[in-house]
Amino acid sequence: MQYTITCRTELLSRRTLLQRLGAAAILMVMGPAGAWATQEAVQQAIRQLIGAREPQPGGVTLRLPKIAETGNSVPLTVTVDSPMTPEEHVLRIHVFVEGNPEPVAATYHLGPRAGKAEVSTRMRLARSQTVLALAEMSDSSVRSGAASIVVTLGACVEEVWGN
Amino acid sequence: MAEPRVRVPSTVKQGEIIEIKTLLSHPMETGHSRDVYGKLIPRYIIHTFTCTYNGEEVFRADWHPAIAANPYLAFYTVATESGHLRFEWIDDKDTVYATEAEITVV
Repeated sequence: MQYTITCRTELLSRRTLLQRLGAAAILMVMGPAGAWATQEAVQQAIRQLIGAREPQPGGVTLRLPKIAETGNSVPLTVTVDSPMTPEEHVLRIHVFVEGNPEPVAATYHLGPRAGKAEVSTRMRLARSQTVLALAEMSDSSVRSGAASIVVTLGACVEEVWGN
Repeated sequence: MAEPRVRVPSTVKQGEIIEIKTLLSHPMETGHSRDVYGKLIPRYIIHTFTCTYNGEEVFRADWHPAIAANPYLAFYTVATESGHLRFEWIDDKDTVYATEAEITVV
Protein backbone atom coordinates (compact mmCIF):
# COMPACT_ATOMS: atom_id res chain seq x y z
CA MET A 1 0.00 0.00 0.00
CA GLN A 2 1.29 3.41 -0.92
CA TYR A 3 1.41 5.97 1.85
CA THR A 4 0.89 9.58 1.09
CA ILE A 5 2.93 11.75 3.34
CA THR A 6 4.07 15.24 2.56
CA CYS A 7 7.44 16.28 3.87
CA ARG A 8 6.17 19.77 4.66
CA THR A 9 5.01 20.89 8.01
CA GLU A 10 1.89 22.85 7.36
CA LEU A 11 -1.40 23.13 9.11
CA LEU A 12 -4.10 21.58 7.02
CA SER A 13 -7.66 22.73 7.30
CA ARG A 14 -10.17 19.97 7.82
CA ARG A 15 -11.54 20.55 4.33
CA THR A 16 -8.13 20.31 2.67
CA LEU A 17 -7.31 17.27 4.68
CA LEU A 18 -10.52 15.54 3.65
CA GLN A 19 -9.97 16.50 0.01
CA ARG A 20 -6.48 15.10 0.15
CA LEU A 21 -7.56 11.93 1.86
CA GLY A 22 -10.15 11.49 -0.87
CA ALA A 23 -7.52 11.99 -3.53
CA ALA A 24 -5.21 9.61 -1.71
CA ALA A 25 -7.89 6.96 -1.57
CA ILE A 26 -8.40 7.22 -5.31
CA LEU A 27 -4.66 7.01 -5.88
CA MET A 28 -4.37 3.98 -3.66
CA VAL A 29 -6.96 2.24 -5.75
CA MET A 30 -5.25 3.28 -8.95
CA GLY A 31 -1.87 2.26 -7.65
CA PRO A 32 1.42 3.97 -8.29
CA ALA A 33 1.50 3.07 -11.98
CA GLY A 34 3.64 5.53 -13.87
CA ALA A 35 5.45 6.70 -10.76
CA TRP A 36 8.37 4.31 -11.19
CA ALA A 37 10.55 3.41 -14.09
CA THR A 38 9.40 0.17 -15.66
CA GLN A 39 11.76 -2.70 -16.40
CA GLU A 40 11.41 -1.82 -20.08
CA ALA A 41 12.43 1.76 -19.38
CA VAL A 42 15.50 0.52 -17.50
CA GLN A 43 16.41 -1.87 -20.32
CA GLN A 44 15.91 0.90 -22.86
CA ALA A 45 18.16 3.25 -20.90
CA ILE A 46 20.83 0.55 -20.65
CA ARG A 47 20.70 -0.06 -24.40
CA GLN A 48 20.92 3.66 -25.08
CA LEU A 49 24.06 3.96 -22.98
CA ILE A 50 25.97 0.77 -23.77
CA GLY A 51 24.42 -0.35 -27.04
CA ALA A 52 24.07 -4.04 -27.76
CA ARG A 53 26.98 -5.07 -25.53
CA GLU A 54 26.14 -7.64 -22.89
CA PRO A 55 27.29 -6.72 -19.37
CA GLN A 56 29.36 -9.35 -17.55
CA PRO A 57 28.55 -9.56 -13.83
CA GLY A 58 31.48 -9.02 -11.48
CA GLY A 59 34.22 -6.51 -10.97
CA VAL A 60 31.83 -3.76 -9.94
CA THR A 61 31.14 -3.26 -6.22
CA LEU A 62 28.40 -1.04 -4.82
CA ARG A 63 28.66 0.11 -1.25
CA LEU A 64 25.11 0.97 -0.19
CA PRO A 65 23.42 0.66 3.21
CA LYS A 66 21.10 -2.35 3.51
CA ILE A 67 18.38 -0.25 5.05
CA ALA A 68 17.74 3.48 4.79
CA GLU A 69 15.25 5.24 7.03
CA THR A 70 14.56 7.81 4.34
CA GLY A 71 15.49 7.78 0.69
CA ASN A 72 16.40 11.46 0.60
CA SER A 73 20.14 11.07 0.95
CA VAL A 74 21.57 7.57 0.70
CA PRO A 75 25.36 7.23 0.39
CA LEU A 76 26.53 5.13 -2.55
CA THR A 77 30.09 4.22 -3.51
CA VAL A 78 30.81 2.40 -6.75
CA THR A 79 34.20 0.73 -7.16
CA VAL A 80 35.39 -1.00 -10.33
CA ASP A 81 38.30 -3.47 -10.37
CA SER A 82 40.73 -1.98 -12.83
CA PRO A 83 44.43 -1.12 -12.83
CA MET A 84 43.49 2.25 -14.42
CA THR A 85 46.50 2.28 -16.74
CA PRO A 86 46.50 3.87 -20.22
CA GLU A 87 46.13 0.33 -21.64
CA GLU A 88 43.43 -0.90 -19.32
CA HIS A 89 41.00 1.45 -17.59
CA VAL A 90 37.38 2.32 -16.95
CA LEU A 91 35.84 4.78 -19.39
CA ARG A 92 32.43 5.30 -17.83
CA ILE A 93 30.34 4.17 -14.89
CA HIS A 94 26.55 4.28 -15.23
CA VAL A 95 24.23 4.04 -12.23
CA PHE A 96 20.63 2.85 -12.69
CA VAL A 97 17.79 3.20 -10.18
CA GLU A 98 14.94 0.94 -11.29
CA GLY A 99 12.72 2.06 -8.41
CA ASN A 100 12.84 5.76 -9.23
CA PRO A 101 10.70 7.63 -11.76
CA GLU A 102 13.76 8.03 -14.02
CA PRO A 103 15.94 4.95 -14.58
CA VAL A 104 19.33 6.63 -14.95
CA ALA A 105 20.88 8.24 -11.87
CA ALA A 106 24.32 9.22 -13.08
CA THR A 107 27.10 8.66 -15.58
CA TYR A 108 30.72 9.19 -14.53
CA HIS A 109 33.43 9.70 -17.13
CA LEU A 110 36.82 8.47 -16.01
CA GLY A 111 40.08 7.61 -17.68
CA PRO A 112 43.62 6.57 -16.85
CA ARG A 113 44.12 9.88 -15.06
CA ALA A 114 41.55 8.90 -12.43
CA GLY A 115 44.06 6.46 -10.91
CA LYS A 116 41.32 4.64 -9.08
CA ALA A 117 37.86 3.75 -10.40
CA GLU A 118 35.83 4.75 -7.38
CA VAL A 119 33.06 7.35 -7.10
CA SER A 120 30.93 8.29 -4.09
CA THR A 121 27.71 10.32 -4.04
CA ARG A 122 24.46 10.51 -2.14
CA MET A 123 21.39 9.20 -3.85
CA ARG A 124 17.73 10.02 -3.71
CA LEU A 125 15.75 6.77 -3.75
CA ALA A 126 11.99 6.70 -4.17
CA ARG A 127 11.51 3.23 -2.66
CA SER A 128 13.20 -0.09 -1.88
CA GLN A 129 15.04 -1.31 -4.94
CA THR A 130 18.16 -2.77 -6.53
CA VAL A 131 20.70 -0.22 -7.66
CA LEU A 132 22.64 -1.34 -10.72
CA ALA A 133 26.03 -0.07 -11.90
CA LEU A 134 27.60 -0.76 -15.28
CA ALA A 135 31.23 -0.04 -16.07
CA GLU A 136 32.38 0.51 -19.64
CA MET A 137 35.97 -0.66 -19.91
CA SER A 138 38.65 0.52 -22.34
CA ASP A 139 38.60 -2.88 -24.10
CA SER A 140 34.89 -2.14 -24.83
CA SER A 141 33.66 -4.84 -22.45
CA VAL A 142 30.98 -3.94 -19.90
CA ARG A 143 31.00 -5.13 -16.28
CA SER A 144 28.07 -4.97 -13.90
CA GLY A 145 27.34 -4.96 -10.19
CA ALA A 146 24.23 -4.42 -8.10
CA ALA A 147 23.11 -3.85 -4.52
CA SER A 148 19.68 -3.99 -2.92
CA ILE A 149 18.37 -1.55 -0.38
CA VAL A 150 15.26 -1.31 1.76
CA VAL A 151 13.97 2.25 1.95
CA THR A 152 11.54 2.74 4.82
CA LEU A 153 10.28 6.15 3.69
CA GLY A 154 11.04 7.00 0.10
CA ALA A 155 12.20 10.35 -1.17
CA CYS A 156 9.59 12.59 -2.82
CA VAL A 157 6.63 10.60 -1.54
CA GLU A 158 4.48 13.62 -2.35
CA GLU A 159 4.58 12.69 -6.00
CA VAL A 160 1.82 10.21 -5.27
CA TRP A 161 -0.56 13.17 -5.14
CA GLY A 162 -0.27 13.85 -8.80
CA ASN A 163 -0.01 10.45 -10.40
CA MET B 1 24.83 31.57 -2.88
CA ALA B 2 26.99 29.33 -0.83
CA GLU B 3 30.43 28.69 -2.21
CA PRO B 4 31.22 25.19 -3.41
CA ARG B 5 33.51 23.31 -1.08
CA VAL B 6 36.33 21.05 -2.23
CA ARG B 7 38.96 19.10 -0.34
CA VAL B 8 42.19 18.46 -2.20
CA PRO B 9 45.50 17.53 -0.53
CA SER B 10 47.80 20.54 -0.93
CA THR B 11 51.16 18.75 -1.15
CA VAL B 12 51.52 15.28 -2.60
CA LYS B 13 54.12 12.99 -4.13
CA GLN B 14 54.36 12.66 -7.90
CA GLY B 15 52.12 9.90 -9.19
CA GLU B 16 50.12 9.61 -5.99
CA ILE B 17 46.44 8.81 -6.31
CA ILE B 18 44.53 11.50 -4.43
CA GLU B 19 40.95 11.59 -3.27
CA ILE B 20 38.97 14.73 -4.03
CA LYS B 21 35.81 15.50 -2.08
CA THR B 22 33.34 18.13 -3.23
CA LEU B 23 30.12 19.57 -1.89
CA LEU B 24 27.75 22.18 -3.28
CA SER B 25 24.56 23.67 -1.86
CA HIS B 26 21.80 23.12 -4.38
CA PRO B 27 18.12 22.13 -4.05
CA MET B 28 18.33 19.52 -6.84
CA GLU B 29 14.58 19.71 -7.49
CA THR B 30 13.61 16.48 -9.25
CA GLY B 31 10.74 17.85 -11.33
CA HIS B 32 8.54 15.12 -9.86
CA SER B 33 7.49 16.68 -6.56
CA ARG B 34 4.64 19.07 -6.05
CA ASP B 35 4.16 22.20 -4.00
CA VAL B 36 1.44 22.62 -1.38
CA TYR B 37 -1.04 23.58 -4.12
CA GLY B 38 -0.41 20.39 -6.05
CA LYS B 39 1.53 22.18 -8.78
CA LEU B 40 4.62 20.42 -10.15
CA ILE B 41 7.86 22.07 -9.06
CA PRO B 42 10.01 22.41 -12.20
CA ARG B 43 13.18 20.36 -12.43
CA TYR B 44 16.19 22.29 -11.20
CA ILE B 45 19.27 20.15 -10.81
CA ILE B 46 23.01 20.19 -11.39
CA HIS B 47 23.32 18.14 -14.58
CA THR B 48 27.06 18.32 -15.17
CA PHE B 49 30.14 18.38 -12.98
CA THR B 50 33.64 18.58 -14.39
CA CYS B 51 37.10 18.55 -12.88
CA THR B 52 40.00 19.82 -14.96
CA TYR B 53 43.65 19.45 -13.98
CA ASN B 54 45.79 22.21 -15.49
CA GLY B 55 43.16 22.63 -18.19
CA GLU B 56 42.72 18.94 -18.99
CA GLU B 57 39.51 17.19 -18.04
CA VAL B 58 40.19 14.31 -15.64
CA PHE B 59 36.69 13.56 -14.38
CA ARG B 60 33.13 14.37 -15.38
CA ALA B 61 29.73 13.48 -13.96
CA ASP B 62 26.36 13.62 -15.75
CA TRP B 63 23.64 13.77 -13.15
CA HIS B 64 19.92 13.06 -13.16
CA PRO B 65 17.26 13.79 -10.52
CA ALA B 66 18.26 10.71 -8.46
CA ILE B 67 21.16 12.66 -6.94
CA ALA B 68 20.36 14.03 -3.48
CA ALA B 69 20.08 17.72 -2.69
CA ASN B 70 23.37 19.48 -1.84
CA PRO B 71 25.30 17.04 -4.01
CA TYR B 72 28.37 15.44 -2.47
CA LEU B 73 30.88 13.81 -4.75
CA ALA B 74 34.15 12.03 -4.07
CA PHE B 75 36.48 10.70 -6.76
CA TYR B 76 40.17 10.14 -7.46
CA THR B 77 42.85 11.49 -9.70
CA VAL B 78 46.58 10.99 -10.18
CA ALA B 79 48.78 13.86 -9.03
CA THR B 80 50.82 14.37 -12.19
CA GLU B 81 52.23 17.86 -11.77
CA SER B 82 51.89 21.00 -9.68
CA GLY B 83 49.16 23.35 -10.76
CA HIS B 84 45.51 24.00 -10.29
CA LEU B 85 42.39 21.93 -10.30
CA ARG B 86 39.21 23.58 -11.46
CA PHE B 87 35.77 22.32 -10.50
CA GLU B 88 32.59 23.32 -12.30
CA TRP B 89 28.97 22.52 -11.64
CA ILE B 90 26.30 23.50 -14.19
CA ASP B 91 22.59 23.54 -13.37
CA ASP B 92 19.34 23.65 -15.36
CA LYS B 93 19.35 27.48 -15.32
CA ASP B 94 22.84 27.39 -16.89
CA THR B 95 24.33 28.78 -13.71
CA VAL B 96 27.96 27.76 -13.38
CA TYR B 97 29.35 27.26 -9.90
CA ALA B 98 33.12 27.09 -9.98
CA THR B 99 36.02 26.85 -7.63
CA GLU B 100 39.73 26.10 -7.91
CA ALA B 101 42.32 24.42 -5.75
CA GLU B 102 46.11 24.55 -5.92
CA ILE B 103 48.17 21.41 -5.71
CA THR B 104 51.93 21.08 -5.18
CA VAL B 105 53.58 17.91 -6.43
CA VAL B 106 56.99 17.13 -4.96
